[in-house]
Amino acid sequence: MSVPFSEKMIVASEDDVMLARRTVRLLAESLGFDPFTAAAITTATSELCRNVWVHAEKGTALVEQIGSNGRTGIRVELRDEGPGIAEIDRVLSGGQRHGGSLGLGLSGSRRLADEFRIETVVGRGTVVTVVKWKRPT
Amino acid sequence: MSAHGSIPVLRIGSTLLASIQVELRDTIADAFQEDILQTIAKTGAAGLVIDITGLEMVDSYVARVLANTGRMAALMGTETVIVGMRPVVAATLVRMGFRMEGVLTALNVDAGLKLVSELIARRHGAGR
Repeated sequence: MSVPFSEKMIVASEDDVMLARRTVRLLAESLGFDPFTAAAITTATSELCRNVWVHAEKGTALVEQIGSNGRTGIRVELRDEGPGIAEIDRVLSGGQRHGGSLGLGLSGSRRLADEFRIETVVGRGTVVTVVKWKRPT
Repeated sequence: MSAHGSIPVLRIGSTLLASIQVELRDTIADAFQEDILQTIAKTGAAGLVIDITGLEMVDSYVARVLANTGRMAALMGTETVIVGMRPVVAATLVRMGFRMEGVLTALNVDAGLKLVSELIARRHGAGR
């Protein structure tokens, strides 16, 4: 049996964002995700990595293959020590019209993911976790 | 060589056809937007078709740049249609809550060129 994929990547440049989303796309394809589910987790990763790079300058992305009750999934955790997000509820609900680029990235990622969790402290940083499960075939 | 040198732009009559065939990073998308607007000004193109068949993934930043490019070209007086959006891209953008407002889309290049020529004809007809 192969060891589940797990890789921690630096997110501090546009190249890093590209690398992280390519990694997630390849992982999704190798695990047999359907194209729509693969696009959802790849796009969510792109949004969240860009938020780290643009708003916090640098952080890390932990990309992992996970399993639970016979299901296979991909978990991506973005961690930064940036400015944090004030009024997180408003930003999350705001979407395109009210939250700006940060809002659409976050609210969009939440809509694309099966599980979404965010912890943010102003002045300390943000940790966002998204999970996407492979659809049963 | 222009910043979007990897994005070929063909001229078909008075319409420009830009085919994006590389994975778009933010800076390339921004450069493409500026270059295509300059090209419109230089050539006096009446129509613009942006073919995104080659894009396997479009996130909110790239989607916004593409929609804005269409709106900017329209503001200059150039009829613009975005064509070739893949099913997974359309599904992902709608699920995210992204609205491609203010820009027309068509299924493929043929449909886009036809729509653009109709829009140009209508504009000329309305001017009489």
